[in-house]
Amino acid sequence: MKTTMENDLVLKLSGVSKSFGPVQALRGVDFDLRRGEIHAIAGENGAGKSTLMNIVDGIIRPDSGEIYIDDELVEITSPAVAQRLGIGLVHQEIALCPDVSVAENICMCATSISRSLLMDFRAIEAKAKAALGTLCDVPPTALVRDLSISQQQLVEIAKALTLDCRVLILDEPTAALTEREAKILFGIMRRLADQGISIIYITHRMAEIFENCDRVTVFRDGQYVMTRDIREITPGDVVAAMVGRVIDNLYPAKLAAHERSDEVILAVRNLTDRARYRNVTFDLKKGEILGLAGLIGAGRSEIARGICRLEGETSGEVELYGRALRLRHYRDSIDHGIVYLSEDRKGDGIFLDMSIAANVSALSLELVATRFGIVDERREQDLATRLGRSLNLRYGDIRQAASALSGGNQQKVAIAKMLSVNPKVIFLDEPTRGVDVGAKAEIHRILRALAQDGVGILVISSELPELIGLCDRVLVVREGEITGEVAGDRMTENNIMYLASIEAGRAATA
Amino acid sequence: MRTYGAEETGAAQRKPAGIAGALRQMLGMREVGLIAIILLLFIVMSFASPYFLTWVNMRAMAMAFAVEGIVVVGMTILLISGGIDLSVGSVTALAMVIAGLLFLAGFDPWTASAISILACLAIGAAMGFFVTRIGLHHFIVSLAVMVIARGICLLGTGGRPLGLYTLPPEFKFIGQGSLGVVPVVIVIFVVVVIAFDFMLRKTTMFRKVFYTGSNEKAAAYSGIRTKKVVFLTTTLCSGLCGVAGIIYMARFGSAQPTFGMGMELNVIAAAVIGGASLSGGVGTIFGAILGAILLSVVSSSLALLDVSVYWQDIIRGSILLAAVTIDHFINKRRKQRV
Repeated sequence: MKTTMENDLVLKLSGVSKSFGPVQALRGVDFDLRRGEIHAIAGENGAGKSTLMNIVDGIIRPDSGEIYIDDELVEITSPAVAQRLGIGLVHQEIALCPDVSVAENICMCATSISRSLLMDFRAIEAKAKAALGTLCDVPPTALVRDLSISQQQLVEIAKALTLDCRVLILDEPTAALTEREAKILFGIMRRLADQGISIIYITHRMAEIFENCDRVTVFRDGQYVMTRDIREITPGDVVAAMVGRVIDNLYPAKLAAHERSDEVILAVRNLTDRARYRNVTFDLKKGEILGLAGLIGAGRSEIARGICRLEGETSGEVELYGRALRLRHYRDSIDHGIVYLSEDRKGDGIFLDMSIAANVSALSLELVATRFGIVDERREQDLATRLGRSLNLRYGDIRQAASALSGGNQQKVAIAKMLSVNPKVIFLDEPTRGVDVGAKAEIHRILRALAQDGVGILVISSELPELIGLCDRVLVVREGEITGEVAGDRMTENNIMYLASIEAGRAATA
Repeated sequence: MRTYGAEETGAAQRKPAGIAGALRQMLGMREVGLIAIILLLFIVMSFASPYFLTWVNMRAMAMAFAVEGIVVVGMTILLISGGIDLSVGSVTALAMVIAGLLFLAGFDPWTASAISILACLAIGAAMGFFVTRIGLHHFIVSLAVMVIARGICLLGTGGRPLGLYTLPPEFKFIGQGSLGVVPVVIVIFVVVVIAFDFMLRKTTMFRKVFYTGSNEKAAAYSGIRTKKVVFLTTTLCSGLCGVAGIIYMARFGSAQPTFGMGMELNVIAAAVIGGASLSGGVGTIFGAILGAILLSVVSSSLALLDVSVYWQDIIRGSILLAAVTIDHFINKRRKQRV
């Protein structure tokens, strides 16, 4: 069976090139996809993965190169053509209509080619239900705006599934999913592959590639590097191929036993916000990186935002270096040196159309202004330049718009913004989401250096390997309550998942 | 311990941009393009009509956009913060009517004007309340206020202009007098523009307006109280309408309840031609004023060339569409380059 499949190419690209102005996004790239395989595409941000997939989906036209479907030369001039050829693409960014029901979103493509004048809502709902059935239990009549990000992502996938495609492209679908939802998704992907559908899977996460995919192709700087069978390669090889060098140690060294301090920077006692979380109590100690784990929706971000008064009505006590704090709003919190880095960089972490310098000083305008409230642009630019240097930020001009930077560098700008006020405590919510491997390791090193300098660091992440690799101690939240703490040898994915969800725990022990 | 914050005074490490770079940057600026177009129009018109480059015509053109220019300032700041105000024309008229009625009721014109401007600020504050506290959209709130304010104007005056022949000369001086050869109106306008242009570019207070309009949530996550910012920009815009209304009253010596219909479109067009973005976060006062000057020069040119009034509207609308379209493509190219 396998042998016949190996020569059965569904999709073949040869010599595809594309440039945007002076930037060569793809240089003569080759790629082939077999029937019924799950083929991972790996590469850092900017390696050309998304451009290539947009070409396959007809969103972008290549400058040169050929695309074959079933050995037949095709021209994919628009997403509609791609759809007719059986290609479905699930974008990294969610593109659903928020005010329309789940069912209508899922069947939107079908509606646009339907000849009927009237909407057949019953048929649409039935179809949507069937597509959703295996993925998640979202009612088809719910409005998309009421769903969580991970549910929306699953709706996107369901939408692609209704297209009867032969080639399904998933662009980092698990970025917003919890581990459990991701597992369900992988089960479905395997089932689809067994039915003969070919899946292109784009991701940054090595574990996902090696657990779920058949082959992997690596791109770097718009060029094809290699394609390998998963069985004949190691994660280290893939990472090395992606970055063009060997990354010897992905995570910085943790605190040694003798470096531990008992000095508490931030003490939280019985923090409660009615429905969202209850009796949250923990200490953030000097020198350590504390992790906060939990499923999406468990209340991790809400707790961090509650402490620094970004949202919610909280009761309970917060002490900074032993002094009780009475914070009224986030500005108070910033003035006391407690800052929060948002999980949604593009949505609310950065001002895309403003300069790097103006981004960095957003928290610290008063520090770069004269007494009369006039911004001193020199001081502002010096501040951004200096912080940029300490974070190894790469940019052309400090006055250029933040939108010109790569994802990893934008995240560094957001971190620089936090550091500009000399914070005592930083909450980082998904600090490396959508950031490439190299920048990710750099951000981890920066956090470790900050912790060593005595800044309290609390990291929220959905990526368990990141928490385990980076943190000295991890607190686990489930449904608004801290259900446990793991450290040292007990810090394993299994233990954290057990604490994060009783169901997963039962499954593990059964 | 290393410090990362602003207290540490690191040595300046900026690259000198170079003359060529600076020139290229300058040519890329919206303002330079607008000035070029305006100059081109001047040259063409000075050949096309003997009356164009006369002192009288220049003065008339300047007077035409100067008062409206004060409203353009308010609108630009509001647009940058992410809002919009359709009620500017009505509120300007209302400022005239309130001050006019109070004056006729026996108040001295200065007190009447002060009360009238306060009333306009209150209208702005009310709009700000509906937008930031209730959570309605600027567009719909200001649309309602546009109609309500116009209604109050007509109700208060019975629909007829109020003749204010007894206004004292020192009050009329605001609208009609000159300092040397320069009309007082122009002086006020230039002072307002320079003051707000400086504040918008340099002060922390107005920088928060850019942050809020650029990304309201990110601004909130930077400790900026965005609702307060939007409330204040909304109030400021109406307050400047009040100032403009008073100047118009001093200039005309009357209060006209139907004045300023369609003004909102002119004002928004000027700001947008000058580079302000309807989605907030982008814009300059200088650019917006150049936009207002361009529209005014075009109107004056068309009048001098004896083009029908109806055609003038069509041409003004087309200019707006062309400006926004060109802008769209420039932005797109800029984004692709990076």
